[in-house]
Amino acid sequence: MYNIIISGVGGQGILSIAFVIDQAALAEGLYFLQSEVHGMSQRGGAVESHLRLSETEIFSPLIPQGEADLILSVEPLEALRYFSFLKPEGTVISSRTPYVNIHDYPPLEEVFKEIKKVRESWLIEAGQLAKQAGSLRAENMVVLGAASRYLPLQEDNLKKFIRVLFQSNGEKVVETNLKAFDLGRQAAESQA
Amino acid sequence: MEKVVLLGDEAVALGAIHSGLTAAYSYPGTPASEIMEFLIRQSAGGKNFVAKWCVNEKVATEEALGVSFAGQRAMVSFKHVGLNVAADPFINAAITGANGGLVVVTADDPGFHSSQNEQDNRFYADFARVLCFEPSSHQEAYDQTREAFDLSEKFGLPVMIRLVTRLAHSRAPVVVREARGKNQDFKYGYGPDWTLLPANARRRYQDLLRRQKDLQAYAEECRFNEFSAADQGQRLGVVASGLAASYFREVANRLEAKPAFLKISTYPFPQKKLLELIDRVDEILVIEEGYPFIERFIRGVAGLPGKVIRGKMDGTLPASGELRPEIVARVLGLPVRNGVSLGDFKLPARPPQLCPGCPHSDTFKALNEALQGYERGNVFSDIGCYTLGALPPYRAIQSCVCMGASISMAKGGAEAGVYPSVAVIGDSTFAHSGITPLLDAVYSQTDMTVVILDNSTVAMTGAQPSFGTGEPLDKMLVGLGVSPEHIRVIIPLPRNHQLNVGIIKEELAYHGLSVIIARRECIQILGNK
Ligand SMILES: Cc1ncc(C[n+]2csc(CCOP(=O)(O)OP(=O)(O)O)c2C)c(N)n1
Ligand code: SF4
Repeated sequence: MYNIIISGVGGQGILSIAFVIDQAALAEGLYFLQSEVHGMSQRGGAVESHLRLSETEIFSPLIPQGEADLILSVEPLEALRYFSFLKPEGTVISSRTPYVNIHDYPPLEEVFKEIKKVRESWLIEAGQLAKQAGSLRAENMVVLGAASRYLPLQEDNLKKFIRVLFQSNGEKVVETNLKAFDLGRQAAESQA
Repeated sequence: MEKVVLLGDEAVALGAIHSGLTAAYSYPGTPASEIMEFLIRQSAGGKNFVAKWCVNEKVATEEALGVSFAGQRAMVSFKHVGLNVAADPFINAAITGANGGLVVVTADDPGFHSSQNEQDNRFYADFARVLCFEPSSHQEAYDQTREAFDLSEKFGLPVMIRLVTRLAHSRAPVVVREARGKNQDFKYGYGPDWTLLPANARRRYQDLLRRQKDLQAYAEECRFNEFSAADQGQRLGVVASGLAASYFREVANRLEAKPAFLKISTYPFPQKKLLELIDRVDEILVIEEGYPFIERFIRGVAGLPGKVIRGKMDGTLPASGELRPEIVARVLGLPVRNGVSLGDFKLPARPPQLCPGCPHSDTFKALNEALQGYERGNVFSDIGCYTLGALPPYRAIQSCVCMGASISMAKGGAEAGVYPSVAVIGDSTFAHSGITPLLDAVYSQTDMTVVILDNSTVAMTGAQPSFGTGEPLDKMLVGLGVSPEHIRVIIPLPRNHQLNVGIIKEELAYHGLSVIIARRECIQILGNK
């Protein structure tokens, strides 16, 4: 069983990350169960998706407390929100780029300090890399790229479904998102 | 066998399509909206079957009933509180009975993720005396929907499917089976059965009562209700329904000795199987998502002499909120791992809020300013994105109860002496349940001001079409009898602020009924054009 929490703020493309992982898991013959949020909390609020991958049948759509292997966050403060789900030996991969839409957003350095208390944690310049790839909206794919070597899935499969996801938006959008993925992956590898 | 990745909502929708659906109706509401969204995508603009948003849940249910009368298969779906609105046709449809398969899907929201309450609609199925399925997985959501259509025709009754948020809004692969075609012939229902004059209704109700034993017999044999015996020496029995059964299964393999287990997925629940379990154990743990529905039946008033019953009613499980796997683990005495602690770090909440540039925010700013200086005024509000106007920085509204209640409450308030008595209501909510109370206010010439926030869409639930927007809305207001001089339109934009404050002030000062339409498109749909 591999348990992932994907987090961020409504509108940051959490469900796109989940889609790519779901489809790659299906292609590799894994079971998966993924819960997501729709409705009220999407309006600039905190959003999360629980995603579970396994070789055997999965029953609970929710990850039990303390059993997430990975927190994959498109926003640093939102990574912290789900720490109670994280295994102490688990991994955090988060964007460093804050989304400030609340008046009491803590000093960023404190947020980073908390994240870094987890031994396996990586902070990625997702905003900058997304811009470099061609669109600020591709932060989610940067973070997915950074996480890709932890996921029990083949890189080729992930990329294949990024293509599927953005196909209807045209080749340029596909390329931007694939580039964002690659930049994220490289950034994580250079830190490792 | 083909595997398709589906949301729980979509598994129900696809199950319906594969059951030979002729028509489906719905009104948006989280967590049920994705059922109709999927159906509309698959309907090829109505070529394959009819899939339509309706003005409200009552109308949707009655339309489905008409389809059933004509001998065709119909489905209606909505969020749990939608069934309150549709309760009249729903309860009476159990008396008329169904001709073509009629399936009513309710998506309950334990945990109040996006709702005013966490009502448990299994009570409605019991109240109407119809069969109800409660799937525990995506596969069951699909399979039970297919079964529901067949059973509806077999028993001649509507069948309900109860989902909960976590199933509705989670995604998993589902194995699908060959689709069945639509019902071929238009065999109309027998008129007298559908004409609920007391004499007919009495007869039909007797029929419904007689059919109860058939429903019970079905539940006893139903493959979705699974019983498994306990390991030697284990005196605990677990009864769990729907998704709760899946939480139990998630943790059960960590137990040293397996308890007896009854998974319940249909109602009326299988009494014989339940008695069999009770017979073999000393302690019964009931786990269910929502209210203690099964638990209450098991406890009765006298309990079970010599046995311990545990569940929500004795505090073993929380009485409110959503179940979680670790809650179930703890109750079974299993260890729960600690996650990573944040220590002293103070994590601020990030609540949902109006989008930057939302038209509602400009309306609230103007309304707040116009109301300054009044001491006994009140703003009754309704449900939609604009309910977020209750939060800072606006703090502009003082109520949100159920759809349409803003106008009726403002009228009641005005009659009790509130002045100015203001109702704030969205365009879709107005069409859903605001027209009738406004007619009431017209009839009484109540001294109140209704503000209709016309953003051209049902924004809250994901931008579905609204039935009370633009010019038709203006005409509707005149048609209802609101005096045309007191139907005012404002464009909520920062640059119109002073102008808008002035217009609102005039209408607040007017002693009679006035309606102000605040008209500007939701910014989330602007990009989609
Ligand atoms: C009986 C019932 N049905 C559905 C809902 C879900 N729901 C909440 S608000 C809303 C409509 C909001 O649309 P509108 O009034 O136009 O306001 P907007 O969100 O666009 O501002 C819906 C469908 C509900 N709460 N109750
Ligand atoms: S979705 Fe539309 S109506 Fe809702 S808060 Fe955003 S802009 Fe306003």
